Amino acid sequence: MELRGKKVIALGERDGVPGPAVAECARRAGAEVVLTLTACYV
Amino acid sequence: MPVIRAVSLVLAHAPSFVRLGSKPLRELRKVEQPIEYLRPYLRDGEAACAYAPNQVFIGNVGVDDLAAWPAPWHRHPVEGARRFGPDGEIMPEDEFLGLLAACDGFDLLALDRDVAGPARAALDAHPVVGAASGRPPVPDGVAAGVLQERIERHGATPLLGVDGRLLGAVLPGHEEDDTLTGQVLLENLACKATAALALRHLLARPGAVAAEAVRYVISCGEEAVGDRYQRGGGNLAKAVAEWAGCPRATGSDVKAFCCGPMHSLMLAGALVQSGLYDDVVVLAGGSLAKLGMKFQGHVKHAMPIVEDVLAGFAAHVTRDDGASPVLRLDAVGRHEVASGSAPLAVVKALYSEPLARAGLTLLDVDRFSLELHNPEATEPAGSGNVPLNNYRTLASLAVMEKLIERAGIDAFVRTRGLPGFSPTQGHIASAVPYLGHALRGLTEGHLTRTMFTGKGSLFLGRMTQLSDGVSLILERNPRR
Repeated sequence: MELRGKKVIALGERDGVPGPAVAECARRAGAEVVLTLTACYV
Repeated sequence: MPVIRAVSLVLAHAPSFVRLGSKPLRELRKVEQPIEYLRPYLRDGEAACAYAPNQVFIGNVGVDDLAAWPAPWHRHPVEGARRFGPDGEIMPEDEFLGLLAACDGFDLLALDRDVAGPARAALDAHPVVGAASGRPPVPDGVAAGVLQERIERHGATPLLGVDGRLLGAVLPGHEEDDTLTGQVLLENLACKATAALALRHLLARPGAVAAEAVRYVISCGEEAVGDRYQRGGGNLAKAVAEWAGCPRATGSDVKAFCCGPMHSLMLAGALVQSGLYDDVVVLAGGSLAKLGMKFQGHVKHAMPIVEDVLAGFAAHVTRDDGASPVLRLDAVGRHEVASGSAPLAVVKALYSEPLARAGLTLLDVDRFSLELHNPEATEPAGSGNVPLNNYRTLASLAVMEKLIERAGIDAFVRTRGLPGFSPTQGHIASAVPYLGHALRGLTEGHLTRTMFTGKGSLFLGRMTQLSDGVSLILERNPRR
């Protein structure tokens, strides 16, 4: 997936991959992260 | 090193309160007849008591027995299930209503006359919070008309039974304070009552610390006791100590979302180790807001709403007595600010690093206790099996550290993990429910070392993107 130049909303999950980790990956792939959120389902 | 000498774990069956949980409260506004809608899915007290995960919670059924228990658990009750167990009890709702009223020092919660009478009679005969315990009495009930007036004219929050009957009402603590509404006060009272029940159970253990000897209490529940000028201002710890009859205690609340209990146990150990206090109690009451959190999944799958219990715990941390399991303060695992959020970095910070500091590896730990949410509560709502997912991540760390082969992941999870058996009560589900089983295993049983890990979702409060975590090693006393 080509992320360069794309805007990304990074949604993560506490017991999986948290939002900041998703955001960091997207950023390193050249995306602009516009929102980072992590959910907790318990 | 400090030790954990005793623990108590309690549940209060509260089906009438499910409707007041945060999720049901919001979702049922869209339903025309909420009482009738919810009623078929709410269990009676007998079913809640015989529910195998609840029996594991109070210590009557072993964790490995539950792992082998036929599923679904809600269709395979424990035969001859007992209300009391070695770690605590499952209190029926009629008694819990009395306990709530007895915990209200401001006469804001009023019960109907027909409810208060039986509640008082039942609670007065209770072995640890009975009339002889010296606790405040269950107040007289009021007429139904008085309750109606409080609801209609004074903004009281109605407390309706499973069948829609008006059981009572909670007045606001102030006319213009959003932090003292009847709903908020009921949440705080529910937390106080379950924490107080847990503390009384702890003090009633054979050879337990005397109530007068408890000098410091740390509460780590999820309530926010306070007022409009100091939302979440706290000290429920002291309120619980007062109610439970600990005259020489003071205390404070520790807040760290679901990681609160691990922080609190660590701090309690440090207070003992420093010599400041000899006997510290860590406790927490239950979360009313989390009742019925996944109820839509349960309704969808035509199963009982198993999130119908409030939970509480209390643990006594004290100086080394030569017998009780030792809290290894030299090997505390912590998720630091710079630890990051990548899953591997988090598990390394919480497991490998503290174990290495103590010259140990993951294979030196007999059992790991982490998020112990009952999968039967979470899976129907699409939230997965939380403990299993976390144990698989931990086993993957063991593979990366070349401690086990990839093919050994399942065996690692089975032998060193636990089945989820805790109600989804947030902070309490976070590792704590295994404490009772661990204390027995580390004293009378075959366990040498256990590890407890709590995680906190700090990001939910919108002040940081960080999560949190603390791990503690609890091991057999070397002098035993």
